[in-house]
Amino acid sequence: MKLKYSLLVALMLAFVLVLAACTGDGGQNGDAPEDGEDPGTEEDTGADDDAGDAEDASAEAADGEQVLIFARGGDSESLDPASTTDGESSRITRQVYESLLEFDKDSFEILPSLAHDWEVADDGLSYTFYLEEGVTFHDGTDFNAEAVKINFERWADPEHEFAFTDDGYVYSMYGTMFGGFKGDDNHVVEEINVVDDYTVEFKLSQPLGFFLQNMAMTYFPITSPAALEEHGPAINENPVGTGPFKFVSWSKDDSIVLEKFEDYRIDGLPKLDRVVFEVIPDNAARLIALRSGEIDIMDGLNPDDAAGVESEEGLELHERAENNIGYVGFNVQKEPFDNKELRYAVSHAIDKQAIADALYAGYATPANVPLPPSYMGYNDEVESFEYDPEKAKELLAEAGYEDGLEIDLWTMPVARPYMPDPETVAQIIQNNLAEIGITANIVREEWAPYLEKTMNGEHQMYMLGWSGTNGDPDYFLSSLLHGDNVGSSNREFYANDEVDELLNQAKLSVDQDERASFYQQAQELIADDAPMVPLVHSRPVLATTSAVQNYVPHPSTSESLAEVELANE
Amino acid sequence: MFSYIIRRLLMLIPVLVGMTLITFSIVHLIPGNPAQVILGETATQTAIEDLEESMGLNEPYVVQYGLYVKDLLQGDLGTSLRSKADISTEIWPYIAATFELTFFAMIFAIFIGVNAGIISAWKQNSWFDFLAMLFALIGVSMPVFWLALMEQWIFAQELGWFPAYGREDSRDPIAPITYFYVLDSLIHLDFARTVTVLKHLVLPSIALGTIPMAIIARMTRSSMLEVMKSDYIRTVRAKGSGQFLVIYKHALKNATIPVLTVIGLQTGVLLGGAILTETIFSWPGIGRYVFEAINYRDYPVIQSGILVIAFIFVLINLVVDVLYKIIDPRINY
Repeated sequence: MKLKYSLLVALMLAFVLVLAACTGDGGQNGDAPEDGEDPGTEEDTGADDDAGDAEDASAEAADGEQVLIFARGGDSESLDPASTTDGESSRITRQVYESLLEFDKDSFEILPSLAHDWEVADDGLSYTFYLEEGVTFHDGTDFNAEAVKINFERWADPEHEFAFTDDGYVYSMYGTMFGGFKGDDNHVVEEINVVDDYTVEFKLSQPLGFFLQNMAMTYFPITSPAALEEHGPAINENPVGTGPFKFVSWSKDDSIVLEKFEDYRIDGLPKLDRVVFEVIPDNAARLIALRSGEIDIMDGLNPDDAAGVESEEGLELHERAENNIGYVGFNVQKEPFDNKELRYAVSHAIDKQAIADALYAGYATPANVPLPPSYMGYNDEVESFEYDPEKAKELLAEAGYEDGLEIDLWTMPVARPYMPDPETVAQIIQNNLAEIGITANIVREEWAPYLEKTMNGEHQMYMLGWSGTNGDPDYFLSSLLHGDNVGSSNREFYANDEVDELLNQAKLSVDQDERASFYQQAQELIADDAPMVPLVHSRPVLATTSAVQNYVPHPSTSESLAEVELANE
Repeated sequence: MFSYIIRRLLMLIPVLVGMTLITFSIVHLIPGNPAQVILGETATQTAIEDLEESMGLNEPYVVQYGLYVKDLLQGDLGTSLRSKADISTEIWPYIAATFELTFFAMIFAIFIGVNAGIISAWKQNSWFDFLAMLFALIGVSMPVFWLALMEQWIFAQELGWFPAYGREDSRDPIAPITYFYVLDSLIHLDFARTVTVLKHLVLPSIALGTIPMAIIARMTRSSMLEVMKSDYIRTVRAKGSGQFLVIYKHALKNATIPVLTVIGLQTGVLLGGAILTETIFSWPGIGRYVFEAINYRDYPVIQSGILVIAFIFVLINLVVDVLYKIIDPRINY
């Protein structure tokens, strides 16, 4: 009788082993446990894994097809590009759709895409785009000037037949970038003319310095009008564009599958047969999946793991260029930070380098101005508030606070690429301020109320950041510091007429050199007023297996995978 | 018995109405407005107002609740604010994913747990008993996320035996029919895929099943010990039945009732509470569906998701009660 029971157990065990043995190549990996004995190093414990394992498994697919698995932390919100501001969504739509223009691989330099050429009128009120001929959408219909017109009118006009307003579609990015919607005073796109099948003209009501930058954004690509007609409001789950990959399937919170578009307008591209975007929420689990070769690219590597990945054979570390700013802002209209000397004192008291080192493992640059260094008009001559507690103390005394003071420091409750660990940053700042005699009380709020209350000006001093989307300085400087945006994205409540005037001029000019000089002047004025302490520009890190070739991460976080391929071993 | 089931089903109605009220109020008590969360820090005031309006968030709460219940009565779980998709259709793959995982986790938990409990009771105070109960104690107290990460590290990264994440090989995805992937692969007669899918189930099932396994083992042991002391067992022994028969046929049946209660409760808990396991193993289950919705303040999804979980929980309890009756005909309702 006892035998019977042990037989059952044996069967169960055998079953598990059979399952395990079915792995094929992975199972025979004998040397892994041998070198797993030095977990005491400061690098990640898994870094000593043998990486041959990872390479065997990747690039291996059903029938020698090139299938790339891209793993990320969260799912996309919508695959209708203009109706979302979510980066995880544009990561996908970047592959399926194309805009009239596109950004260079690793910068915000403008290149032709669906439009092979363009003309700008001298007064900046008319832009003419000459479109590629013979381009088809994934559904087989032709791409032409009419399609461009329909798409732009769809976003601008809530009454448009494809606007789907009743189904909850809002094109907020369009409103932000083009000054509002049809009928609004500041909406710049007055009229769109189809000159001929492959020429389209945009008439503007006022010049917009970054109009071409906008045309290259992943948020404004061209959808097939036939697909809009066919799918209606379900277009967000059935994207049809002209891009290198066409949409196959989406299982929510799990994976999105794309496959090669055979009729892509550029011969020989894309090189991959299929791309699968997987959601793996846990950062540690994602890294394990990369090491075991189950995925090829992982987004969102912890900066602390970067050193381990870099030294590990079989894995490659990639950095995105700086495209953001993490900062501490003051409410300049409220006690006590309406006092400029006090703002200076705090600016000198904060040790930016320590923050960059402690939190980003060196993958960040201390910041002087809100604008990332690669941007047009970046002013590297702005006098920086170097870390100097002695000077800070003097300034504090000058400001009339010899005996110190007590303030509230609002701390972001969520991690962002520009601020991966807000709590620790807050503590560093708290210590820095304590050194000069300021007691900072850390205030915690949930994310949504945090954003709301800082918008309402309930804070004295707070932490936040900003990420670029169209590579234009306006998106940073105007959004954060223009007087018109007080009570909206300007949470400093900072309004300086001179700065506003410079920003307005820069926005209206189409001469890029002139614009750059306006922005440089504005940065100097802003630095002098010190409405915020720019902390760091971070460089988000990600990892791939060594088999992944030609992968160039773009600062905007969405890059085309058309040229990526997997090396076969 | 039949009328009992009908009565129990009728009792579901006030329970579910209560659930809608509670979830609706809790959801709207969470500070923060969904439009703000969806648009993030780069949102302008006007963008937020536009989105609020299009989502119907500026209606009074009573109106919002009324609309919600009205749709519910027509079998419509509402529309997700985030994906704009119908929740009734969107939710099924998540439920299937969680059911499949829970099923295998509970098989693991029951098979090991019940047997370990029986042997512990049988060989009370032996080294096996001691070890099994020690492991049960560790199992109950071990954090799931830690166990899950250790499993991934050892069996996926170092040994490469089992995959670290997901339900299937994403290089070669399945064409889902029922969304129970084991079942789907069998329907397709694709047995290589069945093996793949089962392999994906091993690590998460163990992670998820460990706590219920430990609880079941302890419950089985104490329940068995009690039954083994009763008179009828002595009678059966006196008749000359073998030890195996005494335990598995006569004793186990009577010891099962409390164990069954625990199994029922644990199954319910796993269905709704697998969120940690689901997150670490990237398992697109119902727990993560609701969790993501909370992050986005996706009110309809939170409400309907919790409602569905509660509904399943109540149903499982009903099944357990019916099983009592089958196992022990003396029980009367």
